[in-house]
Amino acid sequence: MSATPLDLPDFEEEVVTESYVRFLEPRGLGGKAAIITLDNGFDHTKPSSFGPGGLKSLWRAIDAVEAEDGVKLIAVTGKPFIFLAGADIKLMPSLETREQGLALAQAGHALYKRLKDSAVPTFAFVNGTALGGGFELALHCHYRTVSTTALGLGLPEVSIGLIPGWGGSQILPNLIGIEKAAQVVVGNPLNQNKMLKGADLVPLGIADAEFEAADFIEESLDWAVKVATGQITVERAEIDRDAWPLVIAGARKLVDERVHNASAAAVRALDLLELAQHATFEEGSLAEDEALADLEAGPQFQSSIYAFNLVRSLGKRPEGAPSPGLAKEVRKVGVVGAGLMAGQIALMFARRLEVPVVMTDLDEERAQKGLAYVRAEIDKLEAKGRTSKLKAAKLRALVTASSDKSVYADCDLVIEAVFEELGVKQAVFAEVESIVSDEALLVTNTSGLSVTAMASGLKHPERLVGMHFFNPVAVMPLVEVIATESTDKETLATAYAVAKKLKKTAVGSADRPAFIVNRLLGRMLAEVTGAVDAGTPVEVADVSLDALGLPMRPFALLELVGLQVAWHLCQHLNEDLGPRFPASENLRRMAEADFPVFDAAAKGKGKLTEEAKAVIALGDSPSTADEVGQRILRGLTEEIGLMLDEGVVPSAKQIDLAMILGAGFPFWLGGLTPYLDREGISTDVTGKPFAE
Amino acid sequence: MNDTIRDVVFVDGVRTPFGKAGKLFEDTRADDLIIRAIRSLLRRNPGLPPERVDEVALAATTQIGDQGLTLGRTAALLAGLPRSVPGYSIDRMCAGAMTAVTSVASAIASRQYDIAIAGGVESMSNHPMGEGADPNPRIVAERLVDPDALQMGVTAENLHDLYPQLTKERADAYAVQTQARYAAAVDKLSADITTMAARSDEGWTVATGDELPRPGTTMEGLANLRTPFRPHGRVTAGTSSPNTDGATACIIADAETAAELGLPIAMKMVGFAFAGVDPETMGVGPIPSTEKALARAGLTIDDIGLFELNEAFAVQVLAFLDHFKIADDDPRVNPWGGAIAMGHPLASSGVRLMTQLARHFAERPEVRYGVTAMCVGLGQGGTVIWENPNFKGAN
Repeated sequence: MSATPLDLPDFEEEVVTESYVRFLEPRGLGGKAAIITLDNGFDHTKPSSFGPGGLKSLWRAIDAVEAEDGVKLIAVTGKPFIFLAGADIKLMPSLETREQGLALAQAGHALYKRLKDSAVPTFAFVNGTALGGGFELALHCHYRTVSTTALGLGLPEVSIGLIPGWGGSQILPNLIGIEKAAQVVVGNPLNQNKMLKGADLVPLGIADAEFEAADFIEESLDWAVKVATGQITVERAEIDRDAWPLVIAGARKLVDERVHNASAAAVRALDLLELAQHATFEEGSLAEDEALADLEAGPQFQSSIYAFNLVRSLGKRPEGAPSPGLAKEVRKVGVVGAGLMAGQIALMFARRLEVPVVMTDLDEERAQKGLAYVRAEIDKLEAKGRTSKLKAAKLRALVTASSDKSVYADCDLVIEAVFEELGVKQAVFAEVESIVSDEALLVTNTSGLSVTAMASGLKHPERLVGMHFFNPVAVMPLVEVIATESTDKETLATAYAVAKKLKKTAVGSADRPAFIVNRLLGRMLAEVTGAVDAGTPVEVADVSLDALGLPMRPFALLELVGLQVAWHLCQHLNEDLGPRFPASENLRRMAEADFPVFDAAAKGKGKLTEEAKAVIALGDSPSTADEVGQRILRGLTEEIGLMLDEGVVPSAKQIDLAMILGAGFPFWLGGLTPYLDREGISTDVTGKPFAE
Repeated sequence: MNDTIRDVVFVDGVRTPFGKAGKLFEDTRADDLIIRAIRSLLRRNPGLPPERVDEVALAATTQIGDQGLTLGRTAALLAGLPRSVPGYSIDRMCAGAMTAVTSVASAIASRQYDIAIAGGVESMSNHPMGEGADPNPRIVAERLVDPDALQMGVTAENLHDLYPQLTKERADAYAVQTQARYAAAVDKLSADITTMAARSDEGWTVATGDELPRPGTTMEGLANLRTPFRPHGRVTAGTSSPNTDGATACIIADAETAAELGLPIAMKMVGFAFAGVDPETMGVGPIPSTEKALARAGLTIDDIGLFELNEAFAVQVLAFLDHFKIADDDPRVNPWGGAIAMGHPLASSGVRLMTQLARHFAERPEVRYGVTAMCVGLGQGGTVIWENPNFKGAN
């Protein structure tokens, strides 16, 4: 017996989204329209979502509509800016058994089916955010209108380890065809969880009509009346039923290439999409129920929810940040250096802080070259429509360059992005300190040098702080914030406040070598190169972590980072942290090679040229891929244990958040430590799991 | 320089449903009401390229909050008009929208604009009459104006005092008549009422008609209502326009421009006038403004075939009718009922009168001239005289 919403136990913490019914008699309908509004009683900053209470409320609302005489159309819409953001994520951890997950899946199906099977035409007026179960509610209605400026639409389930299991996997491909459906269900969630916008829905065939937000409800109702009375006939494009096998095969290949099938949800979603070609809706629904129940009971989903909550809560309120009220105002920024990284940093500060940013370099030519780079980037932003003409003009006016460091005199913050060498940085700060006021912040963008050592020669070491941005600066969401023993609260608060204005997620790190992300990526590469040095062929070592579905294989990561940088990091970690980070001879050879090491034709894939392979010296104790994988994971586990012992971060949570945002580690691993815990590696290596 | 005066025409007008203050549109922003009216107006007139609009003149009595921030400009932007279209706000209390029309009409006649949008809005839910007012203490100190003049209901009682023949019974009978006329014409009125979404704690609804009318109103029903403005007075809620939320908008154009764009010409403007009267009896304002407008147009009251008079209070309409020797039940006056039935969202009502007169003109080719007129708080009247382009000669 399949569950309905009325069978579900209540969830105490649920903020219930009520379904309010109002009947009215629009002109020309010749009967009543029922408008159901989904509203949790809060403004748009707390989007409506469905738990058992919300499902029950809509169930009863539909009861009320069915009991009313003369209803000629039913429309579902939401509170301002929000249609429905899907199932309540907070509810998920309370699903302790597979049966509970199954019942929730069935209840959603039973509810939404009433809209699909209604004898009276049903309409979704998608006025705003519609995600997951909200998007699926709309899909069950016979017709959909959408507000052209709605934001946050789509089926992101796969990104959190689930599948669109309230009808999404079955209705969408049969509505818009398998190719577009595969993009929405699998492609977008795996592509940094890309969302659809309101204006996308009609071209995709998901919505039947679009209206502007100003009078969206009125115009939607007017349109719905015309559809219900036959004045408008909705025409939908024929879908290509023959496309199924090819598209599914292509999508499977993509999921294999991108995440090596490590995402159980992506694989399961493709199974369901494939099923949708021939299955009846009922068969499809049953398959969705089973898939949801399986995934909800599985480890990837729990890790995903952990990761989701980390990004949403810890990411917004960094641990260890002083009160934001202590932050100083930053009204002008100096960037030392006019190289590529400096230019990126200058542009980011100008875009986000909207204050003057001045770059300097050793001579006028270099300074102007750096400025030219920034201006070219602004031109690109404007050409792509990413900034308005006016904002572009403002940015051009804000960023200047000079060879004379006296321009820093009235800066409130000076950040250095010069060569990664302690002596160079110390010299820079000594010079800058003689120019700026005693209160101005000094910031280093070092990726791993000792910030304390940089502060040692300063008259006012309390205003030095590290802010380690990741490349490409404009894209990567993480910044590691490094306080030394002497950094004062005002300086640290300012660093966090600036990070927030830069729209970055800040994670605090103690001033230990390579901080968080680079230390772990460094350890990972150390184990990989160690395995190669010992005799494991590069091709074998490179696929050793495929089962995790990391965004890049080790050698692709090396190619991206650059061999010289990697070698530099390797030596530096070897000096600071000892033989856990051996100075790999093969890495040195590749870094010092005077020929291309990576195959330019396979750019980004980390494929070595024949010449490079020829110089790699393999030892005589090769490992299998599985063995290398274990070696890396055990190495990472050991390193995380040491980092926690050293107090680099207060808990494993910060490590996971940093790895998700700084290295793109997937949600289904929970970053990293939940995976190490559930595989038993952390207990094996350190004696206990990382989770507290 | 071409210094000839051009003909100004009323192309089309539309309004939102009118809601009872504190009810239907309690949680609806005033700017959203006028934005909806403007968007509906543009949708009804696809022949008007929005970039051709030379001005958006919008009236509101209380110009703060959602009726502030130069509403004419902000509402134009929010309604989706091109940024090149300018706009401003205007205030003459109840005659705000009427003044918006006469202002843009003057500019059109003198060749400064070709086409403009004029209208008004009042959310009396959000902005009760007199909100934020700070009357100058000289009003009391120098006895310039009786403080009672700031209370419109009291000025209506004053009219009963001043003109004893304007009895409560006549006022009640007038109110019964206007409710009945509204009820009979409700379908015709709906042609110019757009729908308006309204949200409350119980979800969205879409209003399709006015909330305030009380069909079936009888003399008996009105007889014993309270007289809130004076103990044992004569003015009741039944003979007053209620506090109302709503918005109106219309297109005013140069006649040749309208023809060029293929826009319909519903009325031709003949002339207008505003006049001042004693603030304590502001309800008689339309009498001198109408006399003035007629005189300037070279017309007499006998030339006027239709009247759309704003019914701030029944007694105030009766004063006008008595002055011009028109019967209380003359079918030329407010044929589809008036503000006592449908409501009076202060600054927006002027365009509502014009929109209805335009409909009458279309139905009544035997009528050549019509008048829209209204009284204004603090002692003013406003009158616009219109000519029927459908006029086919008198019967």
